[in-house]
Amino acid sequence: MATLFKGKKRTTTSLVLSMGLVFAALLYLPGMIWFDNQTMDSFFRWWVVHLWVEGVWELIMGGILAFLLIKITGVDREVIEKWLYVIVGLTFISGILGTGHHYYYIGVGKVWLIIGGIFSALEPLAFLGMALFALAMYRKGEKKHPNKMALNWTLGTAIVSFVGAGLLGMAHTLPQVNMYTHGTLVTAMHGHLAFWGAYGMIVLSIISYTMPNMTGRKLYETTTGALAFWLSNIGILGMTVAFGVAGVAQVYLERKVGMDFGDVQKEIQVHFFVLICCATMFTTGIICYIYEFIKYGRPTDEALELTT
Amino acid sequence: MLSKSQARAFFFGGTIITFVIFLGLSWDSLSNEVPKKTHVENLTPQVVHGKHIWEKNNCMGCHTILGEGAYYAPELTKVYERRGEGYIKAALMSPVPWAPRGRKMVKYALSEQDANDVVAFFKWIGETDLNGFPPKPDLK
Repeated sequence: MATLFKGKKRTTTSLVLSMGLVFAALLYLPGMIWFDNQTMDSFFRWWVVHLWVEGVWELIMGGILAFLLIKITGVDREVIEKWLYVIVGLTFISGILGTGHHYYYIGVGKVWLIIGGIFSALEPLAFLGMALFALAMYRKGEKKHPNKMALNWTLGTAIVSFVGAGLLGMAHTLPQVNMYTHGTLVTAMHGHLAFWGAYGMIVLSIISYTMPNMTGRKLYETTTGALAFWLSNIGILGMTVAFGVAGVAQVYLERKVGMDFGDVQKEIQVHFFVLICCATMFTTGIICYIYEFIKYGRPTDEALELTT
Repeated sequence: MLSKSQARAFFFGGTIITFVIFLGLSWDSLSNEVPKKTHVENLTPQVVHGKHIWEKNNCMGCHTILGEGAYYAPELTKVYERRGEGYIKAALMSPVPWAPRGRKMVKYALSEQDANDVVAFFKWIGETDLNGFPPKPDLK
């Protein structure tokens, strides 16, 4: 907050980012209320979780993404911030009422089937907007920032969050589908890629951008850095596919055929093996990232030597 | 083309309107529908204590209820109807880890009274009107 007020200019980007941070903290509260009724617990749990991930966290993500795009592509701030408003507007219009997709089957009324179905079907629009926006700004940008790793992570964030949160979320958000997939590994498929794309990658993006600036070391393109990017992303895609296949099989065997949970899990065991292989790959990528972070995280005079 | 101030109006206007609708619908659900659908009149102290045990032992760390929780162990909303009281009590009171199909459950070894309370909680939640969830298997 202090940083916001110290800034010379109050920009849309900093406003959106700060709003995101303040509401993220406030929205923690509804989850702490104690109820005797499980349905009430559940109802307010989604005020926290849903309004976080499909609401205010997207403000944070949009704010950081806009900042990175301004810095990396050199496109005019006015243009980027205008589209930032449109995107966070779409996020809230679809996302707030989209909370209804958590209220289908927890013991509240049928009105949420309609409201949740319609508005959560619109949710991918915000993510699609974000992905198109990032790619369009990248093409439009005249400045070619030398920090290629930050650029990769930034564009990656926009694309993977669209696929993971937007498309895969859309795949099971309609009540007719969710009736079968609710509480199965299909949810895990969507959840893993969505969180990685939207909230994991954005953090690694901003670290990749700021670390060279803070340390003065021109860490723009390294083999370990590239390995970190590709191993983690290919690994998590593999995990998503494994969860997806296991989830669809689980839905059919358990919810359509009526097999026992335990028997179904045995049937789909082979997919867990694939899952572990891909998760290992993902972890290797993350270890590469952490390795570079620790190795090159200390300040250096490298930049001074080159510029003077 | 859209100007920046129009874009800002779109953001704040859209947010406020949808948020007001959301609060209205939530109010209606919580005050009119939840009491009926969840049969609050059946929320006895025993059921509430069962829920407390359910939470204290982090059952949702492995199981789902109302479709929410973790996916390591079975969904339990309709467990009372599916397994019956005897089976549930056997699992909860077992002095060795319950593991009917390979995956192990933590050994809770609950007292008979606590197990009864958890069963009461399952019985209560099993009667909640969940708009048809979980679906009845229809393939053979």
